[in-house]
Amino acid sequence: MNANGRHGGVNVIEAHGLRKDFTVRVRKSLLRRERRVVAAVDGVDLTVQRGQLLGYLGPNGAGKSTTLKMLTGVLNPSGGRVSVCGLTPVPQRILLARRIGVVFGQRSQLWWDLPLRDSYELLRHIYRVPAAEHAARLRRCRDLLELDPFLDTPVRQLSLGQRMRGELTAALLHGPEVLFLDEPTIGLDVVSKQAVRGFLAELGESGDTTVVLTTHDLADIERLCRRIVVIDHGRVVHDGGIDALHARYGSQRRVTVDFDTLPPALPALPGVHLESTTGPRLTFTLDGSASVGTLVSALSALGGLRDLSVTEPEIEEVIARLYRSDEGRAPS
Amino acid sequence: MAEGAAASTAAIYRRLVAAQVRSQASYRASFVLDLLSNVVFLGADLLTVLVVFHRVPVLAGFSLTDTLLVFGLSSLGFSLADLAVGNIDRMQRHVRTGLLDAVLIRPLGVLWQLLVLDVGVRRLGRVCSGVVVLAVAVRLAEVPVTPANLLLLVVTPLAGAVFFSAVFVATATVAFWWVDSGELSAALTYGGRDFTSYPMTVYGGWFRHLLAFGLGFGFVAYYPALILLDRPDPLGAPSWLGWCSPVLAAVAAALAALVWRTGVRHYRSTGS
Repeated sequence: MNANGRHGGVNVIEAHGLRKDFTVRVRKSLLRRERRVVAAVDGVDLTVQRGQLLGYLGPNGAGKSTTLKMLTGVLNPSGGRVSVCGLTPVPQRILLARRIGVVFGQRSQLWWDLPLRDSYELLRHIYRVPAAEHAARLRRCRDLLELDPFLDTPVRQLSLGQRMRGELTAALLHGPEVLFLDEPTIGLDVVSKQAVRGFLAELGESGDTTVVLTTHDLADIERLCRRIVVIDHGRVVHDGGIDALHARYGSQRRVTVDFDTLPPALPALPGVHLESTTGPRLTFTLDGSASVGTLVSALSALGGLRDLSVTEPEIEEVIARLYRSDEGRAPS
Repeated sequence: MAEGAAASTAAIYRRLVAAQVRSQASYRASFVLDLLSNVVFLGADLLTVLVVFHRVPVLAGFSLTDTLLVFGLSSLGFSLADLAVGNIDRMQRHVRTGLLDAVLIRPLGVLWQLLVLDVGVRRLGRVCSGVVVLAVAVRLAEVPVTPANLLLLVVTPLAGAVFFSAVFVATATVAFWWVDSGELSAALTYGGRDFTSYPMTVYGGWFRHLLAFGLGFGFVAYYPALILLDRPDPLGAPSWLGWCSPVLAAVAAALAALVWRTGVRHYRSTGS
């Protein structure tokens, strides 16, 4: 499969059986140490198409960052094949660097002691971006991320939220085809989170830039990612949409109804369970197959229905369940 | 074409160094203090030499002025290297803080980026005082002003700078394998500098041979100084050795580059 070319190729990222082994030394006794090989990434297959916005999830230590480092040419895979923008990341690091943008949440790309503006000027030269192109992209980021109030402030004096907006801009000024974001909203205040999410959503909608995003923030995922890849113990345990994730992990919608007076008998519908009764309030849980409409019409036929609300399943619950599960492996 | 690309790459690095100067100068008071304290540092080393000669007029066949010349050549070479690459000994920290990763995702060479991002502008003070000490020593030792001597006076500190830089880089790279490598690094860099600051006749047998020839420190200042002083080596080495420092520096740089590449490859396969 050929994924070359700026425009023609479909798959911007292709990884097959990607793995990364680390050797750890375990002290057995005073003198004896044992070397043990640990697979941080254990055979990951991943293809990402141009313009996709992919959420890459997993608990701490699942192998998310290691995967990103292999995709960006920082680390050499121990096995498997990987190509990004048609390039092999490590041997073609410099060529690839011009075509991708990376934001590591923990590590700044900016010059700490200089005004934010100076970092952008330096990056323009590092990436050899024509002045007009650079100015246009910067203008757009300035508007969307509202950088103007702190463009002349030394980076060390920026708040975390301001800095992250600055980092995002820095990663985009050379017009990358793929943007890798490692925890871009970690530690941000609500307003900055929204600014960053809104910006990424727009970036995703324009469809030119492929975005791979690791995050712990479930609102990021719900807002941004139509496709989610969940990794645990170095393996992909889920690849698909949010709905598929819900279906797979048996997440349940809830219907809460208030009656004037509690009806004597309730309809029995497949996939619908009565969860709790508090006074005249009933709460039902619905499996993936059950229909809210059917339940509602059955309930309203009983008469005396006063109020009704439907709660969508929380992705948080799903993910928590996923992380909690003993091995983290998907039920097959 | 290639020349143009190289020139523009050099221009990028110039900008990065300028950014570093601006960064460090933004802490004005501490910048000035550091510059001054670096002048004082060299003064302390110089004082040691003066104290020694206050007790003995001749040290292992060399007078104070002769020794000052050796000292000046060595300390100028070392301070140039320290200015350019001295901060590379923070390698382990760069690995830990992720700076190394940040550098790997930019379209520029890794070592050069780390060097310019960490250039110790504040050490400029040491270079200035090194120049002064060397100039004074040349004057006191009455080095004849000939084209050959002038050339040697320029080439020797530069070759010394390259040589010491190579030692800095090679020993700092050890941090990729061995976290607590700071001691080894300091022993070889600062130890090497101290060794080259005095005429080699001061040192004894195997130790002298190991450092002078085994590790190449003899070529940094001692042999070139003999030519400038126009005297034969009391240890019997031919005088043309004084012109060999550039060759040695080139070999050391090549070896250091090899060690560095191996280190980065190791990092990329182990992630630590």
